[in-house]
Amino acid sequence: MDLLRSIEVGQLRNDVPEFRPGDTVKVHVKVVEGAKERVQAFEGVVIKRRGSGINETFTVRRVSYGVGVERCFPVHMPRIQKIEVMRKGKVRRAKLFYLRNLSGKAARIKERA
Amino acid sequence: MKKAILGTKLGMLQIFDDAGRVVPVTVIQAGPCVVTQKKTKENDGYEAIQVGFVPAKDKHLSKPQKGHFAKQGVSAMRHLKEFRLEDIASYELGQEIKADIFAAGDVVDVTGTSKGKGFQGSIKRHGFSRGPMAHGSKYHRRNGSLGAKGPARVFPGRKGPGRMGGDIVTIQGLQVVRVDAEKDLILIKGAIPGAKKGTIMIRNSAKA
Repeated sequence: MDLLRSIEVGQLRNDVPEFRPGDTVKVHVKVVEGAKERVQAFEGVVIKRRGSGINETFTVRRVSYGVGVERCFPVHMPRIQKIEVMRKGKVRRAKLFYLRNLSGKAARIKERA
Repeated sequence: MKKAILGTKLGMLQIFDDAGRVVPVTVIQAGPCVVTQKKTKENDGYEAIQVGFVPAKDKHLSKPQKGHFAKQGVSAMRHLKEFRLEDIASYELGQEIKADIFAAGDVVDVTGTSKGKGFQGSIKRHGFSRGPMAHGSKYHRRNGSLGAKGPARVFPGRKGPGRMGGDIVTIQGLQVVRVDAEKDLILIKGAIPGAKKGTIMIRNSAKA
């Protein structure tokens, strides 16, 4: 088991900021378009964080042109350039799937001190 | 060139490849294996090397086993396996075979003993179809026909319920993702047969 862990540890990033469900984050992802590589930002509310170690992922939700868009990222993915925490939110659930049924003012999240 | 090694399945894991994609891998503790016997054409009628894996304690060995290791003059090993490789003469008794015989990108076949499933019905065991579950049907997960009426008996080999799993299974064409020679680890893409801690055999692919 320790050997498995040692392979995993070598892949973990240590530059991941602390964030939890309810926080608004900006994820800078490297995307390959043809031959060129550029950085794309995806900003939204973290509605889910699951798994541990190298398997850990989080889901970011944003409403873009009236359409809800959710993207799931592995926390330790090397293609993520950086994760910025824009705002800390105060929520009472670990999984914020209820946000999918809300829109506008109702979908607001209180700020955490 | 033919090559083969024995190992222990440690478990599965995800890793990121160079492009940043997630790759599912099985981690195998492969070797170090020791050549415990050389079979020769003159003596045995064929050429092969016998390879041992995991040092064995004295109390786990039978008298014939102890005699075998003493005759060859090698330390006792828990698992023994013969490999019919090329150029047997180049191997020496006691020579170590390590994980570094394989490299990332190699295509291999992995053989292991599958997990035991116990006594299972023919749907799970052989993939038979199920009968209707409703509309008055009482024929749910049973076997179906056992054959024609004429012979008045069931022919041997008829598929039915019974013990499932615990078979020797080979998966062909798996890709080696990474080799750690220092820790004797081989990472293979995808799943391999058997439970964790099971002894497995890695050979270079028969089809590649």
